[in-house]
Formats: sequence, C-alpha cells, structure tokens
Amino acid sequence: MPTRFQVNGKPVSVDVEARTTLADCLRHHLRLTGTHVGCEHGVCGACTVIVDGEAVRSCLLLAAQAEGSSVVTIEGLSNDEALTPLQASFRRHHALQCGFCTPGMITTAHALLSEEPDCDADRVREVLSGNLCRCTGYIAIVEAVLDARAAYKKEDGR
Amino acid sequence: MKLPPLEYACPTTLAEAVALLASRDGDAKAIAGGQSLMPMLAFRLATPSLLVDLRKLPDLREIKIAADGVGLGAMVRWRDIEKDARLASAHPLLKAAVAHVAHYQIRNRGTIGGSIAHADPAAEIPGIVVTCDADIAVSGKSGSRVIPAAAFFRGALTTALEAEEIITEIRLPLWPPRRRWGFQEFARRRGDFAMAAAALFYDEGADGKAVNAHVGIIGVGDRPRRLPDVEAVLNGCAIDEATIARAAEVASATVDAQEDIHASAPYRRALAGTMVERALRNARS
Repeated sequence: MPTRFQVNGKPVSVDVEARTTLADCLRHHLRLTGTHVGCEHGVCGACTVIVDGEAVRSCLLLAAQAEGSSVVTIEGLSNDEALTPLQASFRRHHALQCGFCTPGMITTAHALLSEEPDCDADRVREVLSGNLCRCTGYIAIVEAVLDARAAYKKEDGR
Repeated sequence: MKLPPLEYACPTTLAEAVALLASRDGDAKAIAGGQSLMPMLAFRLATPSLLVDLRKLPDLREIKIAADGVGLGAMVRWRDIEKDARLASAHPLLKAAVAHVAHYQIRNRGTIGGSIAHADPAAEIPGIVVTCDADIAVSGKSGSRVIPAAAFFRGALTTALEAEEIITEIRLPLWPPRRRWGFQEFARRRGDFAMAAAALFYDEGADGKAVNAHVGIIGVGDRPRRLPDVEAVLNGCAIDEATIARAAEVASATVDAQEDIHASAPYRRALAGTMVERALRNARS
C-alpha cells in the first residue's frame, strides 16, 4: 500500500505490504540500514527511531501507521563533517563496542536530552532500561549521555 | 519473526471502525498503539486477516477530570498520563502505577484502551481499573454499553469485549483528597511485567479507622482481582503493624496464584503478601 511520510526532513513515498513494519520499511525500502533490528518484538530497543519528536520502537509500528508523520533515524542524527556532541561523548566514554545497539541508544538519548536536558543519572538509567547492550555493561553509556547534556542545554545537539 | 500477511484499514469514524471489525467473523482486530498486539503478531500468536487502526478516530485522546471522577479516552497514552500534572491529585494511584508500565519508547505509543483490551494478567492498568471499580465504555454494532471492570476480565488475554466492540473510555470514580493509597510492584528488571503487584486504598473514618478498603492483586493469577478477605481485615481497623501483618497473611492465603516460567505459585503467593504489606506501609505513612 502506498504510504507517505518524512524521513530525516525529506518527504518519502513507498509502496509496502500492509504487514511491513516501519523498521523493515526503513531498511529494505529506503535503504537506511542504520536502524538495527534485534528482537523484532519490542524488547531490545535497537530499532528505536524518533517519530514526531518521540522515541518509539520501529518494529512495533507498521509503516502504514507512520503515514503523515516525521521520522528521524540515526542517519538524521549524524553528518559527514564531524561527530555530533552525542556521538563524540559516546566515543570519549567508550560507550560502544560491537555497535549493534548504538543507533537505538543514540536515538533514545537524543529524544530524552532534547526534551529533558537536565535529566539526572537515575532518569537516564530508567529511560535506557528499554535498550539492551550485551557488550558494555551500561556504565559508560550512562556516563556518555550525562556528559552530552551540556550540548543540549545550548542547542539541539546536532 | 515477520508479521503474518494482513490487510490494514484506517477508518475516520467509530461507526466505520465497528463495521470493519464486524466484517470478518471475528478475524479482524483493532490496533491502537500496537505495543501489545505487534509482538503478538510477530510471534504469530495472533493472525488476524485485517487490522483496523484506531488512530484517526476523533475524541478518544482526552483526559477529563470532572466532579464525578476521571475519564480517560481509550487512545490516551502512558506518556499523556505521565505528563498530566492534574492527575497527581485527581488520581495518584493511577499515576503511580503508570510509572511501572513498560519502557520509555513503549510509553510513547502504548494506550490505556489497548492495554485493557489486551488483558495481560501482569499488566498494571487492568489491575488499577479492577481495584478502583472503574467502568469501561465500549461501542459496538448494537450501540454503546458500559462494562464494570470486575466483569470485564475473564482470564489471561480474555475479556468481555465482543469481536466488533471498541473501548471508547475508561471512567474511574472520584478520588477523595484525603484517601490513603499504596502501589507496590516486584519485577526482576525495570519495565518488566510484574511478577506480583498490589494496588490498594482506603478512606479513614472520623475515628481514624479504615473504611471502604479496596485491595487489588496484579500478575499473580490469570486476571487482576480484588481480595475481599483482605479488605475485610482492613475495614473498621486502625492500620497498625498488627493489621498490616494480618492483611499480608490473608493475602498470601487467599490469592489465586498461577505458575509460569518466571515464578512458582507458592512464590507468587508469598510475594503477593509482601506487596500488600509494603503497599499498606506506603498508604499509612
């Protein structure tokens, strides 16, 4: 079925099966493979994208349900020139190893920090409890997110 | 895995949605936030031939705070409840319970009507509506009706909702300002379903003793239930250490507990008593 929405600021038009999740639509139809698919049933958080400003699991959303909305993926939170403050903070704190969960961590953290740039460690831990990482033990990830707060207080972190 | 093949419709009126749901002999399913239904589809535990998306239906997203209680449109999300400052006094028990529902990303899409229609025995809000004697307003082929929460849940993932009926509103009775309440949940990880949770409240008579006690248990049996024997222990008594100990004991002894891979039935019974004990301590302090 034909579906239109925005991805990273650009209008897109796709023709997908009704059962296609937004995650699969992004990866297979739009070739935006930065969004990772881990569990496919809403547990791991790897597929998190930002829809109309809110972090959501793209495996628990049909592409058809995204009709008319504005989607931001990990590709929309990076650029070719330099690391964003959030990316730089992840690098500085060694907050990734294999990198599989990282797109979901970054999109979730970006949504959180955009809305709550003054959040504390407890809040970061609570929010990231929906994202699984099998490498790092989470401590470095929490530190990286906390350290990136300053950039979001000034501007939108991009 | 990938979802089963299905068709998708996105009606703009309630009547159209009901007609679509009625068109497939029970093989069509309403989807609201999809945070319970999408995993069911991914596991192929549900294989409806048609999904009817409720997102364009008008008037289902409002939180109404009125003289007779709180009305929650079926499409109100966990996030909306979290962000509504009025609910801190209008329904503190609801607000406390919602803090335990799933994770950040899921709370941005999951809806109260969806959770109630899904009827997971370990979900928090079905337990709250049962504890609070809420009414569940639904619309179907033959018009609208109101189902009391106590009659709504019939077992795990089983409700009184007919195949073509849609939940429109959840009505929680008025919450008096001085009411005592507590909510306690035990889960191994933050955001997981409860292995056991207790939601309870009571009012205080002129003599300071408890009246109108409501005690609900979540995640222990096949559906959320009130525990009348525990309520009888509390009514007419001062909520002191002796009463709390007795209530916890009666909760463990009378709760209907089920076993699954997460916990044995005796463990859940013991946990139910502990949750009641802790929730009563919260309520008292």
